[in-house]
Amino acid sequence: MQKKIHLPLRDEDIESLKAGDRVLLSGVVYTARDAAHKRMVEQEKEGIPLPVELDGQVLYYTGPTPAKPGEVIGSAGPTTSGRMDLYTPTLLEKGLKGIIGKGYRSEEVIASMLKHNAVYFGAVGGAAALISRSIKKAEVVAYEDLGTEAIRKLTIEDFPVFVINDVHGGNIYKDGVAKYKQ
Amino acid sequence: MKEITYEKIVKEVKTMCMESNYNLGEDVYSAFKQALQTERSETGKEVLTQLIDNADIAKAERVPMCQDTGTAVFMVEVGQDCHITGGRLMDAINEGVEKGYGEGYLRNSMVYNPMNRKNTGNNTPAIVHIDLVEGEELTLHMTAKGGGAENMSALKMLKPSDGMEGVKEYILSIVKEAGPNACPPLVVGIGIGGNFERCAFLAKKSLFRPLGVRHEDPAVAELELELMEQINRLGIGPQGMGGSTTALDVKVELESCHIAALPVAVNLNCHASRHQTILMK
Repeated sequence: MQKKIHLPLRDEDIESLKAGDRVLLSGVVYTARDAAHKRMVEQEKEGIPLPVELDGQVLYYTGPTPAKPGEVIGSAGPTTSGRMDLYTPTLLEKGLKGIIGKGYRSEEVIASMLKHNAVYFGAVGGAAALISRSIKKAEVVAYEDLGTEAIRKLTIEDFPVFVINDVHGGNIYKDGVAKYKQ
Repeated sequence: MKEITYEKIVKEVKTMCMESNYNLGEDVYSAFKQALQTERSETGKEVLTQLIDNADIAKAERVPMCQDTGTAVFMVEVGQDCHITGGRLMDAINEGVEKGYGEGYLRNSMVYNPMNRKNTGNNTPAIVHIDLVEGEELTLHMTAKGGGAENMSALKMLKPSDGMEGVKEYILSIVKEAGPNACPPLVVGIGIGGNFERCAFLAKKSLFRPLGVRHEDPAVAELELELMEQINRLGIGPQGMGGSTTALDVKVELESCHIAALPVAVNLNCHASRHQTILMK
């Protein structure tokens, strides 16, 4: 079954999601990957506020290719989330409610997501040309000097994801593999 | 003596960089279609369907199939009777990469050095392995190697007493540990033997062989098939969400090694197994 969810995530949407669900997301997400995370969290420790308000928002881990003339964005699929593990609990404490990426999260991040009632979505790694079709607007809103790693505000429509970690302890990377292991 | 110009190499390299990122090879595309027939998980089938659609869009619109347009890795065979004129081979390759990635709207993913992590802005330097061979031709093999799968690759110096059972166990442990991170379904490249650095090179080299093409030594070919079956029984599946398609193919290359050694390297490749070959004569 495929669910459609409009962002920002409401508590009842978050509660309803189960690991393995196919979801089409619409609304606003912010991009950030390695360099933006490092800078956000280092600056936050120095008392400098986050460059975008993440309370209630969804982050998408991606570093797009350059947009061709006339295009909204280049190809923009998910990057490996584990590299952001060090920084993620700090952002969850700031109210982050959803993350789109791919790959394992650390036990610490999973515990932090459960504590803060946040959900982890996986987009299909390597399906970047397909995914970009669901990105309708893109605008750099912070850290422009980071190039592909800058923070962008994306307006998405029917962006295809799967629920990886839900807020009830479900984890498709564990449950799915257990089901098909021979 | 055959002469090949610097300019011609630049032009070919530029084309390879762009085409490898826009056009998924027929070998990988057919492997997706085949996997769609055999995959047991509905989620896995959905992932494979997205990958097929993605490849179609990338090809039709001439856009990169993945935003990680990779490190440009070349295996170059230089005929010893071939003469490159007008400049250095390495400079020609790097200029071709700069042009291909720049004009092709591909992502620049290389940093100057791991300490400052500043982007070089043109995806150079390429990683180039040169082999001197017979003849007067120049063959360029290129792959755009993504970072996600490369990060989950590993090498271990096993003991000869670990034997082939130890080798297989190690390979399976690396694929398992990589799970969803390496973007399965994977192409698993394996080097066995050589020494420390040669073993890693062999694993990388194996990834240049097209999918479905077995090693010429029947014993190695059998090992490839056996490993593929064992890997696909791990249950990892497309994107690690469970399923029967974890590897699209397994490639093994091996070489002589020291009496004390049994090096094994596992170079994982994501499903975007982008490889191109051009023969210049």
